[in-house]
Amino acid sequence: MIAIVDYGVGNIFSLYSSFRHIGADARLSSDPGEIRRADKIVLPGVGAFGDAARKLRNSGLADVVTEEAEKGKPLLGICLGMQLLFEKSFEYGEHKGLGLIPGCVVSMEPVVPEGYKVPHIGWNALHFPKDRPKSPIFRDVREGDFVYFVHTYYGTDCSEAVIATTEYGPELTAAVSAGSVYGLQFHPEKSGETGMKILKAFCDMEG
Amino acid sequence: MITKRIIPCLDVRDGRVVKGVNFEGLQDVSSPVDLGRYYSENGADELVFYDITASAEGRRLFADILREVAATIFIPLTVGGGINTLEDFDRVLKCGADKVSVNSGAIRDPSLIGKAAKLYGNQCVVLSVDVKRVDGRFTVFAKGGRENTGMDALEWIRRGEADGAGEIVVNSIDTDGVKSGFDIEMLKAVEEIVSVPVIASGGAGGIQDFIDLFREIPDIDAGLAASIFHFGEVQIPELKRQLAEAGINVRR
Repeated sequence: MIAIVDYGVGNIFSLYSSFRHIGADARLSSDPGEIRRADKIVLPGVGAFGDAARKLRNSGLADVVTEEAEKGKPLLGICLGMQLLFEKSFEYGEHKGLGLIPGCVVSMEPVVPEGYKVPHIGWNALHFPKDRPKSPIFRDVREGDFVYFVHTYYGTDCSEAVIATTEYGPELTAAVSAGSVYGLQFHPEKSGETGMKILKAFCDMEG
Repeated sequence: MITKRIIPCLDVRDGRVVKGVNFEGLQDVSSPVDLGRYYSENGADELVFYDITASAEGRRLFADILREVAATIFIPLTVGGGINTLEDFDRVLKCGADKVSVNSGAIRDPSLIGKAAKLYGNQCVVLSVDVKRVDGRFTVFAKGGRENTGMDALEWIRRGEADGAGEIVVNSIDTDGVKSGFDIEMLKAVEEIVSVPVIASGGAGGIQDFIDLFREIPDIDAGLAASIFHFGEVQIPELKRQLAEAGINVRR
Protein backbone atom coordinates (compact mmCIF):
# COMPACT_ATOMS: atom_id res chain seq x y z
CA MET A 1 0.00 0.00 0.00
CA ILE A 2 1.18 3.50 -0.89
CA ALA A 3 0.35 6.24 1.59
CA ILE A 4 -0.08 9.74 0.16
CA VAL A 5 0.53 12.02 3.11
CA ASP A 6 -2.49 14.29 3.59
CA TYR A 7 -1.41 17.23 5.75
CA GLY A 8 -3.85 19.81 4.44
CA VAL A 9 -1.75 21.24 1.63
CA GLY A 10 -3.09 21.53 -1.90
CA ASN A 11 -5.16 19.51 -4.24
CA ILE A 12 -4.12 15.85 -4.14
CA PHE A 13 -7.08 14.38 -6.02
CA SER A 14 -5.15 14.07 -9.32
CA LEU A 15 -2.18 12.46 -7.62
CA TYR A 16 -4.41 9.94 -5.89
CA SER A 17 -6.26 9.27 -9.18
CA SER A 18 -2.96 8.74 -11.05
CA PHE A 19 -1.87 5.98 -8.68
CA ARG A 20 -5.28 4.34 -8.96
CA HIS A 21 -5.07 4.69 -12.75
CA ILE A 22 -1.85 2.64 -12.88
CA GLY A 23 -3.38 0.02 -10.59
CA ALA A 24 -1.61 0.94 -7.35
CA ASP A 25 -3.27 0.60 -3.96
CA ALA A 26 -2.90 4.23 -2.91
CA ARG A 27 -4.54 5.89 0.07
CA LEU A 28 -4.70 9.46 1.28
CA SER A 29 -3.67 9.33 4.90
CA SER A 30 -2.99 11.57 7.85
CA ASP A 31 -2.84 8.61 10.25
CA PRO A 32 0.73 8.02 11.57
CA GLY A 33 0.03 4.30 12.09
CA GLU A 34 -1.21 3.81 8.55
CA ILE A 35 1.73 5.76 7.09
CA ARG A 36 4.16 3.60 9.12
CA ARG A 37 2.47 0.43 7.83
CA ALA A 38 2.61 1.56 4.17
CA ASP A 39 5.16 0.01 1.79
CA LYS A 40 5.89 3.40 0.29
CA ILE A 41 5.21 7.03 1.12
CA VAL A 42 4.38 9.94 -1.19
CA LEU A 43 4.79 13.50 0.06
CA PRO A 44 2.79 15.96 -2.08
CA GLY A 45 2.53 19.74 -1.75
CA VAL A 46 1.74 23.02 -3.46
CA GLY A 47 1.96 26.55 -2.10
CA ALA A 48 4.58 28.21 0.08
CA PHE A 49 7.42 26.27 1.78
CA GLY A 50 7.17 27.86 5.24
CA ASP A 51 3.44 27.25 5.55
CA ALA A 52 3.70 23.64 4.32
CA ALA A 53 6.68 22.81 6.55
CA ARG A 54 4.79 24.17 9.56
CA LYS A 55 1.66 22.15 8.72
CA LEU A 56 3.71 18.99 8.26
CA ARG A 57 5.45 19.47 11.64
CA ASN A 58 2.31 20.49 13.51
CA SER A 59 0.50 17.40 12.24
CA GLY A 60 3.30 15.28 13.73
CA LEU A 61 3.79 13.65 10.31
CA ALA A 62 7.21 15.22 9.61
CA ASP A 63 8.81 12.86 12.16
CA VAL A 64 6.89 9.86 10.82
CA VAL A 65 7.99 10.52 7.23
CA THR A 66 11.62 11.20 8.23
CA GLU A 67 11.91 8.11 10.46
CA GLU A 68 10.36 5.80 7.88
CA ALA A 69 12.61 7.18 5.12
CA GLU A 70 15.67 6.70 7.34
CA LYS A 71 14.67 3.05 7.77
CA GLY A 72 14.89 2.70 3.99
CA LYS A 73 11.22 2.88 3.05
CA PRO A 74 10.84 4.38 -0.46
CA LEU A 75 9.71 8.00 -0.22
CA LEU A 76 8.66 10.20 -3.14
CA GLY A 77 8.34 13.98 -2.72
CA ILE A 78 6.50 15.86 -5.47
CA CYS A 79 6.84 19.57 -6.31
CA LEU A 80 6.78 21.39 -2.94
CA GLY A 81 6.90 17.91 -1.35
CA MET A 82 10.26 17.46 -3.10
CA GLN A 83 11.52 20.82 -1.84
CA LEU A 84 10.56 19.83 1.73
CA LEU A 85 13.10 16.96 1.52
CA PHE A 86 15.98 19.48 1.43
CA GLU A 87 17.81 20.92 4.45
CA LYS A 88 16.38 24.41 4.11
CA SER A 89 14.55 26.87 1.88
CA PHE A 90 14.92 30.62 1.36
CA GLU A 91 11.33 31.23 0.22
CA TYR A 92 10.15 34.34 2.13
CA GLY A 93 12.72 34.00 4.93
CA GLU A 94 14.65 30.90 5.94
CA HIS A 95 12.84 27.65 6.76
CA LYS A 96 14.06 24.24 7.85
CA GLY A 97 13.20 21.20 5.72
CA LEU A 98 13.35 17.49 6.52
CA GLY A 99 17.06 17.24 5.66
CA LEU A 100 16.73 13.96 3.73
CA ILE A 101 18.42 15.44 0.65
CA PRO A 102 21.55 17.61 1.02
CA GLY A 103 21.13 21.12 -0.37
CA CYS A 104 18.75 24.05 -0.21
CA VAL A 105 15.87 25.65 -2.10
CA VAL A 106 16.26 29.10 -3.69
CA SER A 107 14.43 31.34 -6.17
CA MET A 108 15.22 30.92 -9.85
CA GLU A 109 14.72 34.64 -10.46
CA PRO A 110 18.42 35.61 -10.14
CA VAL A 111 19.62 32.78 -12.41
CA VAL A 112 17.19 32.71 -15.35
CA PRO A 113 18.04 35.07 -18.23
CA GLU A 114 16.04 38.19 -19.00
CA GLY A 115 12.91 37.42 -20.98
CA TYR A 116 12.38 34.04 -19.26
CA LYS A 117 9.08 34.09 -17.43
CA VAL A 118 8.93 33.25 -13.72
CA PRO A 119 7.27 31.04 -12.49
CA HIS A 120 8.54 28.33 -14.82
CA ILE A 121 5.19 26.95 -16.05
CA GLY A 122 4.76 24.40 -18.80
CA TRP A 123 6.16 21.31 -20.48
CA ASN A 124 9.94 21.01 -20.44
CA ALA A 125 12.39 18.24 -21.29
CA LEU A 126 14.22 15.99 -18.81
CA HIS A 127 17.98 15.59 -19.12
CA PHE A 128 19.90 12.88 -17.27
CA PRO A 129 23.41 13.65 -15.93
CA LYS A 130 25.95 11.82 -18.06
CA ASP A 131 28.38 11.09 -15.22
CA ARG A 132 26.08 8.63 -13.41
CA PRO A 133 23.77 5.74 -14.22
CA LYS A 134 20.11 6.57 -14.92
CA SER A 135 18.01 6.46 -11.75
CA PRO A 136 15.59 3.51 -11.47
CA ILE A 137 12.68 5.94 -11.15
CA PHE A 138 13.34 6.90 -14.81
CA ARG A 139 13.47 3.24 -15.88
CA ASP A 140 10.92 3.78 -18.69
CA VAL A 141 11.68 7.43 -19.50
CA ARG A 142 13.97 8.60 -22.28
CA GLU A 143 16.36 11.55 -22.39
CA GLY A 144 14.37 14.55 -23.66
CA ASP A 145 10.92 13.31 -22.62
CA PHE A 146 8.60 16.12 -21.53
CA VAL A 147 7.07 16.67 -18.10
CA TYR A 148 4.93 19.47 -16.64
CA PHE A 149 6.50 22.06 -14.31
CA VAL A 150 4.96 24.81 -12.14
CA HIS A 151 7.49 26.43 -9.78
CA THR A 152 9.49 29.53 -8.86
CA TYR A 153 11.97 27.94 -6.42
CA TYR A 154 14.38 25.09 -7.15
CA GLY A 155 16.86 22.84 -5.36
CA THR A 156 20.53 23.82 -5.42
CA ASP A 157 23.88 22.78 -3.84
CA CYS A 158 22.70 19.21 -4.29
CA SER A 159 24.80 18.05 -7.26
CA GLU A 160 25.47 14.60 -5.76
CA ALA A 161 21.73 13.96 -5.50
CA VAL A 162 20.67 15.28 -8.92
CA ILE A 163 19.19 12.57 -11.17
CA ALA A 164 17.57 14.87 -13.78
CA THR A 165 17.73 18.50 -14.86
CA THR A 166 15.72 20.72 -17.18
CA GLU A 167 16.98 23.65 -19.22
CA TYR A 168 15.47 27.06 -18.48
CA GLY A 169 18.41 29.28 -19.24
CA PRO A 170 20.69 27.32 -16.90
CA GLU A 171 20.05 23.66 -16.07
CA LEU A 172 17.66 23.57 -13.11
CA THR A 173 17.27 20.61 -10.75
CA ALA A 174 14.30 18.53 -11.96
CA ALA A 175 14.73 15.43 -9.80
CA VAL A 176 16.91 14.25 -6.91
CA SER A 177 17.52 11.06 -4.97
CA ALA A 178 19.51 9.82 -2.00
CA GLY A 179 19.17 6.14 -1.12
CA SER A 180 15.48 5.28 -1.30
CA VAL A 181 14.38 8.93 -1.10
CA TYR A 182 13.24 10.50 -4.40
CA GLY A 183 12.10 14.01 -5.23
CA LEU A 184 10.47 15.33 -8.42
CA GLN A 185 10.19 19.08 -9.02
CA PHE A 186 7.61 18.54 -11.79
CA HIS A 187 4.12 17.06 -11.51
CA PRO A 188 4.10 13.43 -12.73
CA GLU A 189 0.31 13.37 -12.19
CA LYS A 190 0.01 16.13 -14.83
CA SER A 191 2.70 14.81 -17.20
CA GLY A 192 0.59 12.42 -19.24
CA GLU A 193 2.07 9.06 -20.28
CA THR A 194 5.61 10.00 -19.16
CA GLY A 195 4.35 10.89 -15.69
CA MET A 196 2.50 7.58 -15.35
CA LYS A 197 5.70 5.67 -16.28
CA ILE A 198 7.59 7.46 -13.50
CA LEU A 199 4.92 6.71 -10.88
CA LYS A 200 4.81 3.07 -12.04
CA ALA A 201 8.59 2.74 -11.64
CA PHE A 202 8.29 4.09 -8.09
CA CYS A 203 5.48 1.60 -7.34
CA ASP A 204 7.67 -1.26 -8.59
CA MET A 205 10.58 -0.43 -6.29
CA GLU A 206 11.54 -2.90 -3.58
CA GLY A 207 10.77 -1.54 -0.11
CA MET B 1 13.58 25.03 -23.13
CA ILE B 2 9.90 25.26 -22.39
CA THR B 3 7.56 24.31 -25.24
CA LYS B 4 4.77 26.28 -26.88
CA ARG B 5 1.42 24.90 -25.74
CA ILE B 6 -1.54 23.86 -27.90
CA ILE B 7 -4.81 24.02 -25.99
CA PRO B 8 -8.24 22.80 -27.15
CA CYS B 9 -11.20 24.46 -25.44
CA LEU B 10 -14.41 22.49 -24.76
CA ASP B 11 -17.70 24.30 -24.13
CA VAL B 12 -19.87 22.24 -21.80
CA ARG B 13 -23.59 22.71 -21.23
CA ASP B 14 -25.52 20.45 -18.84
CA GLY B 15 -22.57 18.07 -18.76
CA ARG B 16 -22.23 17.64 -22.54
CA VAL B 17 -19.86 19.16 -25.09
CA VAL B 18 -21.82 21.71 -27.07
CA LYS B 19 -20.23 21.92 -30.49
CA GLY B 20 -20.93 19.01 -32.78
CA VAL B 21 -17.78 17.10 -33.48
CA ASN B 22 -16.83 14.22 -35.68
CA PHE B 23 -13.89 11.98 -34.91
CA GLU B 24 -12.96 8.66 -36.30
CA GLY B 25 -12.86 6.05 -33.54
CA LEU B 26 -14.76 8.18 -31.07
CA GLN B 27 -18.27 6.97 -30.32
CA ASP B 28 -19.71 9.63 -28.08
CA VAL B 29 -18.40 12.96 -29.32
CA SER B 30 -20.48 14.95 -26.86
CA SER B 31 -18.94 13.25 -23.81
CA PRO B 32 -16.43 15.66 -22.23
CA VAL B 33 -14.59 12.69 -20.72
CA ASP B 34 -14.19 10.82 -24.03
CA LEU B 35 -13.30 13.93 -25.98
CA GLY B 36 -10.87 15.09 -23.29
CA ARG B 37 -9.16 11.71 -23.33
CA TYR B 38 -8.99 11.78 -27.13
CA TYR B 39 -7.24 15.15 -27.05
CA SER B 40 -4.88 14.21 -24.24
CA GLU B 41 -3.83 11.05 -26.13
CA ASN B 42 -3.39 13.07 -29.32
CA GLY B 43 -0.98 15.77 -28.31
CA ALA B 44 -2.99 18.43 -26.45
CA ASP B 45 -0.76 20.10 -23.83
CA GLU B 46 -3.61 21.24 -21.64
CA LEU B 47 -7.41 21.26 -21.72
CA VAL B 48 -9.82 24.09 -21.03
CA PHE B 49 -13.35 23.21 -19.93
CA TYR B 50 -15.76 26.09 -20.18
CA ASP B 51 -19.07 25.72 -18.35
CA ILE B 52 -21.77 27.63 -20.23
CA THR B 53 -24.59 26.24 -18.08
CA ALA B 54 -26.93 28.68 -16.42
CA SER B 55 -28.89 26.37 -14.09
CA ALA B 56 -27.90 24.92 -10.73
CA GLU B 57 -28.64 21.44 -12.04
CA GLY B 58 -26.26 22.04 -14.96
CA ARG B 59 -23.58 23.20 -12.50
CA ARG B 60 -23.94 19.97 -10.56
CA LEU B 61 -23.59 17.90 -13.75
CA PHE B 62 -20.49 19.93 -14.65
CA ALA B 63 -18.94 19.15 -11.26
CA ASP B 64 -19.56 15.42 -11.79
CA ILE B 65 -18.03 15.57 -15.25
CA LEU B 66 -15.01 17.50 -14.03
CA ARG B 67 -14.34 14.94 -11.30
CA GLU B 68 -14.49 12.15 -13.87
CA VAL B 69 -12.19 14.01 -16.28
CA ALA B 70 -9.67 14.73 -13.51
CA ALA B 71 -9.67 11.06 -12.48
CA THR B 72 -8.89 9.80 -15.99
CA ILE B 73 -6.93 12.51 -17.84
CA PHE B 74 -3.47 13.40 -16.55
CA ILE B 75 -2.59 16.72 -18.17
CA PRO B 76 -3.29 20.20 -16.78
CA LEU B 77 -6.97 21.18 -16.67
CA THR B 78 -8.25 24.74 -16.68
CA VAL B 79 -11.86 25.49 -15.85
CA GLY B 80 -13.82 28.63 -16.65
CA GLY B 81 -17.39 29.83 -16.88
CA GLY B 82 -19.51 31.12 -14.03
CA ILE B 83 -16.56 31.88 -11.74
CA ASN B 84 -17.74 34.83 -9.63
CA THR B 85 -16.64 34.11 -6.07
CA LEU B 86 -13.99 32.31 -4.02
CA GLU B 87 -16.60 29.59 -3.42
CA ASP B 88 -16.66 29.03 -7.21
CA PHE B 89 -12.86 28.63 -7.17
CA ASP B 90 -13.14 26.17 -4.32
CA ARG B 91 -15.94 24.23 -6.05
CA VAL B 92 -13.96 23.53 -9.25
CA LEU B 93 -10.57 23.06 -7.57
CA LYS B 94 -12.06 20.37 -5.33
CA CYS B 95 -13.25 18.57 -8.47
CA GLY B 96 -9.69 18.43 -9.81
CA ALA B 97 -9.14 21.64 -11.82
CA ASP B 98 -5.53 22.88 -11.78
CA LYS B 99 -6.25 26.44 -12.86
CA VAL B 100 -9.37 28.58 -12.77
CA SER B 101 -10.18 31.12 -15.42
CA VAL B 102 -12.09 34.30 -14.52
CA ASN B 103 -13.65 36.75 -16.94
CA SER B 104 -16.91 38.62 -16.19
CA GLY B 105 -16.64 37.64 -12.51
CA ALA B 106 -13.44 39.71 -12.18
CA ILE B 107 -15.08 42.66 -13.94
CA ARG B 108 -17.99 42.57 -11.47
CA ASP B 109 -15.67 42.14 -8.48
CA PRO B 110 -12.13 43.33 -9.28
CA SER B 111 -10.89 42.13 -5.88
CA LEU B 112 -11.57 38.49 -6.86
CA ILE B 113 -8.20 37.96 -8.61
CA GLY B 114 -6.18 39.21 -5.65
CA LYS B 115 -8.16 37.18 -3.11
CA ALA B 116 -7.93 33.98 -5.18
CA ALA B 117 -4.20 34.44 -5.86
CA LYS B 118 -3.50 34.84 -2.17
CA LEU B 119 -5.49 31.72 -1.30
CA TYR B 120 -4.51 29.38 -4.13
CA GLY B 121 -1.34 30.91 -5.61
CA ASN B 122 -0.84 32.96 -8.78
CA GLN B 123 -0.27 29.85 -10.89
CA CYS B 124 -3.89 28.90 -10.26
CA VAL B 125 -5.53 32.13 -11.42
CA VAL B 126 -6.05 32.78 -15.14
CA LEU B 127 -7.47 36.10 -16.30
CA SER B 128 -9.46 35.64 -19.50
CA VAL B 129 -10.30 38.82 -21.40
CA ASP B 130 -12.60 39.34 -24.39
CA VAL B 131 -11.22 42.30 -26.33
CA LYS B 132 -12.62 44.30 -29.24
CA ARG B 133 -11.43 47.47 -30.94
CA VAL B 134 -13.75 50.41 -30.28
CA ASP B 135 -12.72 53.67 -31.97
CA GLY B 136 -9.25 52.21 -32.44
CA ARG B 137 -8.86 51.39 -28.73
CA PHE B 138 -8.61 47.84 -27.27
CA THR B 139 -11.73 47.60 -25.11
CA VAL B 140 -12.88 44.95 -22.61
CA PHE B 141 -16.21 43.25 -23.27
CA ALA B 142 -18.16 41.27 -20.66
CA LYS B 143 -20.84 38.59 -20.70
CA GLY B 144 -19.37 36.52 -23.51
CA GLY B 145 -18.59 39.58 -25.63
CA ARG B 146 -22.10 41.07 -25.52
CA GLU B 147 -21.49 44.01 -23.20
CA ASN B 148 -19.05 46.87 -23.77
CA THR B 149 -17.53 47.74 -20.39
CA GLY B 150 -15.75 50.81 -21.77
CA MET B 151 -12.60 49.67 -19.94
CA ASP B 152 -9.21 49.88 -21.64
CA ALA B 153 -8.03 46.30 -22.19
CA LEU B 154 -4.32 46.95 -21.66
CA GLU B 155 -5.03 48.77 -18.39
CA TRP B 156 -7.29 45.93 -17.24
CA ILE B 157 -4.72 43.25 -18.08
CA ARG B 158 -1.89 45.18 -16.40
CA ARG B 159 -4.02 45.48 -13.29
CA GLY B 160 -4.96 41.77 -13.37
CA GLU B 161 -1.30 40.79 -13.48
CA ALA B 162 -0.45 43.15 -10.63
CA ASP B 163 -3.30 41.65 -8.57
CA GLY B 164 -1.89 38.15 -9.04
CA ALA B 165 -3.19 36.59 -12.27
CA GLY B 166 -0.59 33.99 -13.27
CA GLU B 167 -1.66 33.73 -16.88
CA ILE B 168 -3.64 35.85 -19.35
CA VAL B 169 -5.95 34.50 -22.07
CA VAL B 170 -6.55 37.13 -24.74
CA ASN B 171 -9.58 36.42 -26.88
CA SER B 172 -9.95 38.82 -29.80
CA ILE B 173 -13.62 39.34 -30.63
CA ASP B 174 -12.51 41.01 -33.87
CA THR B 175 -10.87 37.83 -35.20
CA ASP B 176 -12.96 35.22 -33.36
CA GLY B 177 -14.83 32.98 -35.78
CA VAL B 178 -13.32 34.69 -38.83
CA LYS B 179 -10.66 31.98 -39.23
CA SER B 180 -8.18 34.32 -40.86
CA GLY B 181 -5.51 34.11 -38.17
CA PHE B 182 -4.83 35.22 -34.61
CA ASP B 183 -4.99 38.94 -33.79
CA ILE B 184 -1.24 39.53 -33.97
CA GLU B 185 -1.46 43.29 -33.41
CA MET B 186 -3.58 42.94 -30.26
CA LEU B 187 -1.48 40.05 -28.87
CA LYS B 188 1.76 41.96 -29.44
CA ALA B 189 0.37 44.93 -27.53
CA VAL B 190 -0.53 42.65 -24.59
CA GLU B 191 2.75 40.71 -24.66
CA GLU B 192 4.66 44.01 -24.40
CA ILE B 193 3.07 44.97 -21.10
CA VAL B 194 2.92 41.68 -19.15
CA SER B 195 5.56 39.24 -17.93
CA VAL B 196 3.31 36.26 -17.14
CA PRO B 197 2.38 33.68 -19.83
CA VAL B 198 -0.03 34.90 -22.52
CA ILE B 199 -2.40 32.53 -24.33
CA ALA B 200 -3.70 33.57 -27.76
CA SER B 201 -7.34 32.87 -28.58
CA GLY B 202 -9.66 33.72 -31.44
CA GLY B 203 -9.08 33.48 -35.16
CA ALA B 204 -7.16 30.28 -35.82
CA GLY B 205 -8.33 28.83 -39.12
CA GLY B 206 -5.48 26.48 -39.97
CA ILE B 207 -1.98 25.28 -39.17
CA GLN B 208 -0.27 28.28 -40.79
CA ASP B 209 -2.05 30.60 -38.34
CA PHE B 210 -0.27 28.89 -35.41
CA ILE B 211 3.08 29.06 -37.21
CA ASP B 212 2.55 32.79 -37.87
CA LEU B 213 1.54 33.36 -34.24
CA PHE B 214 4.67 31.81 -32.72
CA ARG B 215 6.97 33.30 -35.39
CA GLU B 216 5.66 36.83 -35.16
CA ILE B 217 5.38 36.87 -31.36
CA PRO B 218 8.18 34.59 -30.05
CA ASP B 219 7.23 35.33 -26.44
CA ILE B 220 3.65 34.12 -26.74
CA ASP B 221 3.19 30.90 -24.74
CA ALA B 222 0.20 29.09 -26.15
CA GLY B 223 -2.47 28.98 -28.82
CA LEU B 224 -6.03 28.10 -27.87
CA ALA B 225 -8.81 27.07 -30.26
CA ALA B 226 -12.09 25.20 -30.26
CA SER B 227 -13.96 24.48 -33.48
CA ILE B 228 -10.99 23.86 -35.79
CA PHE B 229 -9.92 21.04 -33.46
CA HIS B 230 -13.46 19.76 -32.83
CA PHE B 231 -14.32 19.64 -36.53
CA GLY B 232 -11.04 17.93 -37.32
CA GLU B 233 -9.87 20.76 -39.60
CA VAL B 234 -6.63 20.78 -37.66
CA GLN B 235 -5.24 17.57 -36.15
CA ILE B 236 -2.94 18.36 -33.23
CA PRO B 237 -0.22 15.77 -34.07
CA GLU B 238 0.04 17.18 -37.62
CA LEU B 239 -0.02 20.76 -36.27
CA LYS B 240 2.86 19.93 -33.94
CA ARG B 241 4.82 18.19 -36.68
CA GLN B 242 4.60 21.31 -38.86
CA LEU B 243 5.40 23.64 -35.94
CA ALA B 244 8.52 21.59 -35.17
CA GLU B 245 9.49 21.73 -38.85
CA ALA B 246 9.15 25.51 -38.69
CA GLY B 247 11.66 25.53 -35.81
CA ILE B 248 9.09 26.07 -33.05
CA ASN B 249 9.69 24.09 -29.87
CA VAL B 250 6.73 21.80 -29.12
CA ARG B 251 6.15 18.65 -27.06
CA ARG B 252 5.80 15.60 -29.28
